[in-house]
Amino acid sequence: MDDFEPTIIAFVCNWCTYTAADLAGTSRLSYPTNVRLIRVMCTGMVDPKYIIKAFLEGADAVLVSGCHPGDCHYINGNYKARRRMKLLKAILPQYGFDEKRLKLTWIGASDGIQFARTIREMVAEIKTLGPNEAKHAAVV
Amino acid sequence: MAKTALCEVADQDLQASMAAFFRSLLALDEISAVMVPMHLPAKDMVMQTLVTDPEALDAVDPLAPSFPMNAARLVSRLTKRPAGGTVAVVLRPCEIRALIELVKLKQGLMDDIVVIGLDCPGAFKNTDYRKFAANEPETATGRFLKGALSGETAFGDGVEVPVACRACTHPVPHGADLSVGLFGIDIDKTFLVSAETEKGEALFEKLGLGEQEPPAKREETIESLVAARTAFRDEMFEKIRENTNTAEKLSAYLAGCINCYNCRVACPVCYCRECVFVTDVFDHDPYQYLRWARRKGKIKMPTDTVFYHLTRMAHMTTACVGCGQCSNACPNDIPLVELFTATASLTQAAFDYEAGRSLAEEPPLSAFKADEYADVVEITH
Ligand code: SF4
Ligand code: SF4
Ligand code: FES
Repeated sequence: MDDFEPTIIAFVCNWCTYTAADLAGTSRLSYPTNVRLIRVMCTGMVDPKYIIKAFLEGADAVLVSGCHPGDCHYINGNYKARRRMKLLKAILPQYGFDEKRLKLTWIGASDGIQFARTIREMVAEIKTLGPNEAKHAAVV
Repeated sequence: MAKTALCEVADQDLQASMAAFFRSLLALDEISAVMVPMHLPAKDMVMQTLVTDPEALDAVDPLAPSFPMNAARLVSRLTKRPAGGTVAVVLRPCEIRALIELVKLKQGLMDDIVVIGLDCPGAFKNTDYRKFAANEPETATGRFLKGALSGETAFGDGVEVPVACRACTHPVPHGADLSVGLFGIDIDKTFLVSAETEKGEALFEKLGLGEQEPPAKREETIESLVAARTAFRDEMFEKIRENTNTAEKLSAYLAGCINCYNCRVACPVCYCRECVFVTDVFDHDPYQYLRWARRKGKIKMPTDTVFYHLTRMAHMTTACVGCGQCSNACPNDIPLVELFTATASLTQAAFDYEAGRSLAEEPPLSAFKADEYADVVEITH
């Protein structure tokens, strides 16, 4: 399992977590390169189908990360994201996608350190979990 | 306590007595039309029909085991704006529940309709109904009711009550203004009419229905029916979950799917005018197909099959009422109702929600609070 490098798709909101990721970069904080950031204006625009698609295309984990409750720039997008997370965590495990592979976090714009730590921890956890089986199965 | 009356069935002809009942309803000033399943003159098909001519009601047959579509969609069409009159709509329990979901999703209104609910012994899929009715269309409903009300599910020649109906734990209508009862009733002699709402009670009075108690065995009959259905459903859930608990198994389960999207068209609660799966987003460029095929070595055509079904589960299972129209519509006999109701039971439980239970409960994906579901948020420090 040592040579397994997970691919993590992260949907991050422009105003908080993306800014935090940027800050982590400019502060020269190191975090694993396994994560592919997809910048969205708000976590409230992450339709469940984006997450489903990521898993079906073989992502080993998906992270959705945005502003803390009360801080969303569109007032309540992160609350909608949280409901969708609740929804997907009810569906995906039934079809073989471990719910540990799907995470929601709140990371504020000034929290580059937490962003780097979140990615490090997530990569470590997914490494122990192993690859998303759907990657190798003939899923169509 | 709801007001109830036992309406007489003359000459053991339930269909004629129902026709008389709907005629008396249509005769009331407050009712402009009745929408009810009727035999079409041209062919022996039973379809929802919007009737204003009392004479035409002779051909009503709301209990025929024919269920070509979930009529909640039709009610949504009739009520999206004021129609200029009140329509009495005759619906099965799962149609009422789908209607409740549609109204909450702003796809219809209850203001200008009166809902007449039916006790539902089930209905065949389209091909089975045609087979069953073929030789003796006049007796089809009677033959079906006799068997179905005594618990039969197989009607010979491979014709059977579909899985959706056998797993349905809501055989009695909830949310109707007036409902027609069959369970635990001697339908050769009477059928039960009960007023469930204020609107229903007003009509009940106007119709001059006397008040009689339903027979004592009605409640018992319903209880044991629901218990049997619940056991069937739970076993079905267990089987389907076992059969689809990996992405690979799910993919195999859906292997016959040709992405025709009939299941979505037939689904009463899939209400989007334009489903994302038929937009440009999925109108891939030819080079993309080749690129995917190169990357993976092979891709099944058409693509996006499992993606479509999982997305539909995410988008609509919180509103799934288990009507089985998805299975009925599939040209490849994919057992969809098992898959969707089993998933619906997970998503509805997650939000402590039950599709069709009440107009007052907000649909899970239309509401949210500042302080909830902390369980799905990771705390990393
Ligand atoms: S998914 Fe199937 S069973 Fe559920 S409401 Fe739609 S058509 Fe009916
Ligand atoms: S109706 Fe059947 S074949 Fe058509 S999209 Fe649905 S599952 Fe696939
Ligand atoms: S803007 Fe950051 S979650 Fe809405």
